[in-house]
Amino acid sequence: MTATSGTAAREHAEAAPGPDGAEVPVLQVRDLQVGFPGGRGNPDVTAVRGVSYEVRRGEILGIVGESGSGKSVSSMAAMGLLPDYARVSGSIRLHGEELLGLDDQAMSRKRGRAISMVFQDPLSGLTPVYTVGDQVAEAVRVHNPQTSRADAQKRAVELLTLVGIPDAERRQRAFPHEFSGGMRQRVMIAIAIANDPDVIICDEPTTALDVTIQAQILEVLKAAQRETGAAVLMITHDLGVVAGLVDRVQVMYAGRLVETGTVDDVYYRTRMPYTMGLLGSVPRLDEDEKAPLIPIKGNPPSLTDMPPGCPFAPRCPIATSECDAGEPPLERVGGEGHRAACIRAGEIEANEWTARDVYPVSEIAENPVAQVPREDRETVLRVEDLAKHHPLMRGALFKRRVGTVFAVDGLSFDIREGETLGLVGESGCGKSSTLMEILSLDAPQQGTVEVLGKRSGRVSGRERMAVRRDVQVVFQDPMSSLDPRMRVFEIIAEPLRTHGYSKERIRSRVMELMDLVRLDPSAVTRSPAEFSGGQRQRIGIARALALEPKLLVLDEPVSALDVSIQAGVVNLLEELKVRLGLSYLFVAHDLSVVRHIADRVAVMYLGKIVEIGDVKSIYRRPTHPYTKALLSAIPLPDPEKERRREHVVLQGDLPNPADPPSGCRFRTRCQKFAVLSEEERTACREREPELEHRVAGAADQAAACHYAEPDAVL
Amino acid sequence: MAKFLIRRLLSYLVLIFLASSIAYLIAATTLSPRSYFEQQQPPPSEQAIERQLDKLNLNDETPLAERYATWVAGVAVGDFGQTITDESVNEAIARKAGVTLRLITAGTLIGATVGVAVGAYSAIRQYGRFDRTATVAAFFLMAVPAVVVAVTLQVTAVWINDVSGMRLLEYGGEYSANLDGGLWATVLDRVQHAILPTLSLSLSLFAVFSRYQRNMMLDVLGSDFVRTAMAKGLTRRAAMLKHALRTALIPTITYFTFTVGILMANATFTEKIFGWHGMGAWVVDSIVTNDVNAVAAVTFFMALCVMAASFLSDVLYAWLDPRVRVS
Amino acid sequence: MSMSAEREAVASDAAVVEISGRWASLARELLATRRVVIGLAIIVALIAMAWLGPLFSPWEFDERDFTAFRSPPSADHWFGTGNTGRDIFHLTMVGLQKSILIGLCAALATTVIAALVGAFAGYYLGFTDRALMWFTDLFLVLPQFLILAILYPVLRDQGWVVFVLLLASLMWMVTAKMVRGMTISLKEREYVLAARFMGVSHGRIILRHILPNMSSLLIVDATINVSSAIILETALSYFGFGVQPPDVTLGSLIAEGARQALAFPWTFWFCTGLLIVLVLAVNLVGDGLRDALDPHSKSRT
Repeated sequence: MTATSGTAAREHAEAAPGPDGAEVPVLQVRDLQVGFPGGRGNPDVTAVRGVSYEVRRGEILGIVGESGSGKSVSSMAAMGLLPDYARVSGSIRLHGEELLGLDDQAMSRKRGRAISMVFQDPLSGLTPVYTVGDQVAEAVRVHNPQTSRADAQKRAVELLTLVGIPDAERRQRAFPHEFSGGMRQRVMIAIAIANDPDVIICDEPTTALDVTIQAQILEVLKAAQRETGAAVLMITHDLGVVAGLVDRVQVMYAGRLVETGTVDDVYYRTRMPYTMGLLGSVPRLDEDEKAPLIPIKGNPPSLTDMPPGCPFAPRCPIATSECDAGEPPLERVGGEGHRAACIRAGEIEANEWTARDVYPVSEIAENPVAQVPREDRETVLRVEDLAKHHPLMRGALFKRRVGTVFAVDGLSFDIREGETLGLVGESGCGKSSTLMEILSLDAPQQGTVEVLGKRSGRVSGRERMAVRRDVQVVFQDPMSSLDPRMRVFEIIAEPLRTHGYSKERIRSRVMELMDLVRLDPSAVTRSPAEFSGGQRQRIGIARALALEPKLLVLDEPVSALDVSIQAGVVNLLEELKVRLGLSYLFVAHDLSVVRHIADRVAVMYLGKIVEIGDVKSIYRRPTHPYTKALLSAIPLPDPEKERRREHVVLQGDLPNPADPPSGCRFRTRCQKFAVLSEEERTACREREPELEHRVAGAADQAAACHYAEPDAVL
Repeated sequence: MAKFLIRRLLSYLVLIFLASSIAYLIAATTLSPRSYFEQQQPPPSEQAIERQLDKLNLNDETPLAERYATWVAGVAVGDFGQTITDESVNEAIARKAGVTLRLITAGTLIGATVGVAVGAYSAIRQYGRFDRTATVAAFFLMAVPAVVVAVTLQVTAVWINDVSGMRLLEYGGEYSANLDGGLWATVLDRVQHAILPTLSLSLSLFAVFSRYQRNMMLDVLGSDFVRTAMAKGLTRRAAMLKHALRTALIPTITYFTFTVGILMANATFTEKIFGWHGMGAWVVDSIVTNDVNAVAAVTFFMALCVMAASFLSDVLYAWLDPRVRVS
Repeated sequence: MSMSAEREAVASDAAVVEISGRWASLARELLATRRVVIGLAIIVALIAMAWLGPLFSPWEFDERDFTAFRSPPSADHWFGTGNTGRDIFHLTMVGLQKSILIGLCAALATTVIAALVGAFAGYYLGFTDRALMWFTDLFLVLPQFLILAILYPVLRDQGWVVFVLLLASLMWMVTAKMVRGMTISLKEREYVLAARFMGVSHGRIILRHILPNMSSLLIVDATINVSSAIILETALSYFGFGVQPPDVTLGSLIAEGARQALAFPWTFWFCTGLLIVLVLAVNLVGDGLRDALDPHSKSRT
């Protein structure tokens, strides 16, 4: 970062102390309101309703909220990036200078120099037709027109090196599509810090990334902040990311701030029921005990027509009639700077209520099958040495085969009756390919798949239809898993029709299923678009349960949902499993959810299982370095723990799956490999480790590592 | 890369050959060259007609397969046979192809360029006055069939010439037949003749391209990368031009392939109406004169143009979009 | 998160409250789009005019007024008369009937062919795809106008249905390619996978899930095809490859009028004007439908 210090001096001069001796906040937002006209007869939308906050130099401020809470809109307003039709009022001051009302010309001189932004989606954030080097250089040149092209290019390479792009000199000539998501996000950060800004707004910078990459990017952001001394606005929905990173945090709901304060105040002395719910609905990676999560009932209010009172009142378990009288102001509770918008905040403080006191939680019945030892239970799914490879093509126009990808490469596991197996791994590890191979019921390219003793590809058409009834699937995206052109009734009835149920039977069964997933049966005449994400996911579950399957394959069923909604779906899945005696194959990248719901877990890396075993053993004492890295990379929503933790940050990206490393596939990124002696490394390079029992004492835990050893990372 | 190009070119050749064959076979079974000779004044003798038909490989008494085989044998060595007036088809192509290619190239360049520029600007100024005017103009032009455009232009030219009392605009033929003057007079004469047909051809292209480019541009305007460009410090205008337009041009290039068919048909109408003797006019003339070999040759030429355009747009696409380049 | 996503989230929440039928809400959406309403109104008016107009005309279709050759519009001959003394109003109305009929039917047939070819190619991929797309390319390479001009005079006696099918068989290719592209992306949608994994047959998936979900594309494309068919027929008749006298279409009327557009403008401008209005109205409906049916383009407004 030394390269940036030249321009840094200028910024320091600007951030002079104010008349009262205190430092003037770098960014000061007062009573910000943002509205959008509805158009086509729809009512207007007010996305931000009177938000005030400020950030000082070197401070990191977290803004937390679910989708639709207005957290992104307020920062876009600060950048002057809202569309023309947006109505913005209030005041946004940068170094005391008003930004609202500046024209595009004037605003463009601020953007990228005094205030810059890192966006969420690195996939679409870079222009596909220019090289990354050019795009970084452009950021330099647009504010320093006198810089020569060559100098700007040189600076771009410096910046790219700074954000951790290896071999930047060569790779700056690459196009965005040749970069992985993590690399692209690094480029975005390089652009954001190119002119040494005073404020960096990070809008969900790691949401689209895998956990190990998220850990890398957070490190880069921290380094960038340290070096530039800029104020950072961290916008996220992830309470874990914020916990260890920020100084102060503010929670947004329905376009307003509902609680603000230091991280410790907000996390440990929560005074607003919404924040409590938010914290309680997150499954904890660091807790064994399987208490049901705290779902917040209902959905956020529509911003088009707000109730007169507290916007959270309709969902709040401790709401009283006074809550509907008027919107509660953000008032001080407890410690310095801790404020909450709840009329019962004082009461909560006095009684020291926690989430468990405020939210009623139902108990989940004990699973009767759990009493039977695992070996004695029926095997629902057996996968033996499964492999799936497909050709890797290059070029859209002149396609050619450049290699073979082994998406799944010799996978073996089984699922017993009443059991949930969590299959975890980062994107590209082969989880989805595994699912598709199991669900297709075709003969796999290699190995065997057996569902309830019936071997895929070896059964008649009729038997195959029978097997279909026993295995059903719930997909990730509640938007695309339901046919938007069909009514809910038709959607849930489709499997029943396909399997020849009578009309009356279908009718009663659909009603039964709606009831089972806690949806109002009278809603079957609506189309999926009329439901919220969580409700849609429930419809998907109802459809999957229609044929009374034995095994449910769940492909990231909650990862597209907001945490408060996710908790409700997770609870439902757990309840259904016990009631209907189901087995789950639960695929997820979120290890916290898996710990919460699964009995056993399998960790995948590059098409292979690297560690498998019961949840308790693996989370408490992971033995494979990759499992350790994964667990370590996940930030906990617990500020104190988070501050004490040392994160293992893996190096680099996933290797090219068409050309995996020899021997152990993980060795190129392995933190253990890095500290081994030369002769110890030979084994890793030359022999592929078998998945076997490696730790004494653990009944059900196997790892594929020559040097496996138990280690607590949480 | 070379292997792929060769394979692609080969498949193009096969398609072009098949298209020409289909046209030949359809024409050979439905057109009646015999009636062409029978209607001549004075009517030639039965034997003379028979002789002439045999000579031109047009005799319907000869089995179709045999005639086709003769035709293919000729095509294989690059000879498309004789026209019904016993002229070499190859020579006719050589003469006519240039006329059409000049017309198409000029019309396309003007129509597509203006269309893209207008479409892109409309998108930036969506719902502004410029956008509204351009939209109305494009809609109107798309609703007017090419023949009507050509005829209307012709009528307008007559009117303008009448009003001005001069022959400002020419609307018949490619050049004046007996013009004697210097180089400049010739050039001026050519331009005078070319204005209306070129305009007629480019108007419909302009309409189609301006609408398409506008839609593509609107798709790109909301993209994250345009936002990134602005977040860097580019003004809205600079971000539009440098990032949005550059990216939105890519789909337009592919779209070009699909418009070639329309372009060829429009060239036919334009040439015929303005009395240019190009390949387009030959479409109509060859059918009217029951000239089977000419029909096949015209089809060959048009198929070749479509394939060439498709190839060209593929190459342009690869050049403009790094994502499809083979690294 | 992007702006549009924020707004979408808001919109879907609002929708939870509202209960309405799918068709009712679609109809409401369409009627809220002014272009669609105006376009439809014009088309209905033209249809009414084409079929009802002749009933009110004092002249018969093939009746000649020997007292008035090429006479300008008058109370007697509303659109004037042509070279042979036939009443141009009546002729134009009959021509309009033909053009509307041919346009609508050809577009329907085109869209059906394109949807089937495209959907099967895109769904099955592999050999089916290569074969179908090769076939599509071949048709794309054939000069449409030339083939029509050769074949139509031969098939003229078979009636207009044959002509419609002939038109459709030469117009489906571009739409089929688009349908194929859409199918390939729809095929990976999770609801299609879900249907496959519950045992729904391939054919049924195409008909029940894939085609209905690109209905907006198909409808919009069908309207484009209506105007293409009308325009193509006009060109064909203009060069004398279309209908033969005494039968008329707008194209043959325009052809006749064009030769004397300056001297006897009524023989040219009435039929041309009606044709332009017809195509304009159809295009207007198509463009409005695109905006109303395509959620992507809606976010632009």
